[in-house]
Amino acid sequence: MSTDRIEKRVVLRAPRSRVWRAIADAKEFGTWFGMKLEGAFAAGRTVRGRLTIPNYDHLTLELQIERIEAEHFFSYRWHPYAIDPKVDYSSEPTTLVEFRLEEIDGGKGTAVTIVESGFDRIPLARRAEAFRMNDAGWAGQAKKLAQYVA
Amino acid sequence: MSPSRAAASKRPDAAPVFAALGDTLRLGLLGRLSADGPLSIRRLSEGTGVTRQAITRHLEALGRVGLVRDARRGRERVFSLDAKRLEIARQYLDRVAAQWDAAAARLKAFVEVDSR
Repeated sequence: MSTDRIEKRVVLRAPRSRVWRAIADAKEFGTWFGMKLEGAFAAGRTVRGRLTIPNYDHLTLELQIERIEAEHFFSYRWHPYAIDPKVDYSSEPTTLVEFRLEEIDGGKGTAVTIVESGFDRIPLARRAEAFRMNDAGWAGQAKKLAQYVA
Repeated sequence: MSPSRAAASKRPDAAPVFAALGDTLRLGLLGRLSADGPLSIRRLSEGTGVTRQAITRHLEALGRVGLVRDARRGRERVFSLDAKRLEIARQYLDRVAAQWDAAAARLKAFVEVDSR
């Protein structure tokens, strides 16, 4: 089993243009992801965002936008699980997050493939740190968002 | 079968492993061993501001859950990472994957509400 990458595929009952906006528009991305981003996504740009997840809303993340291909592909780099505000993660390796969009059902639906890779370059002790994190915050936020969009 | 193969082929209860990691100093020790190991207790206590006795106790706690092992080198005890390191990498990835599952579910709810 690879310890370097994860891959998820999700089928959405929405046209690709709608899904693309939810991913490539920083404001919409932040709404479902759970962060408030400062500024728009553009290739080569670094966009900072503050998490809106309870208990983690003191944390800021940086998305280094890599590639944007309208309605097809969006990718960025970031520091995964950068959960300690006292640590400067900037000199550490990043992981690459990629979103691939595919039209299905004659345009009525969209398949999104999410890949995050590069974990083997993240120091082992950093990965171990993730287990100090209390996950209740994430679960709580997911519930809140489900209520918001319902 | 080598010990590391045996550890990789079954997935024992990981909870004690992660309980043993719930401490900044232990994570620091693991980080040092991961980058520069094997290391003696003397080297591991340098710059920590903690006594060698305390460092030894932390290392032994990590040893009890199979994260580190020790060996004699002359008069010194040296520590290195053990096979359970793979368990950390796997469990970490499981966590990341679970978060993406949750995020994908939120994305789905977010775009499908407009498209009903």
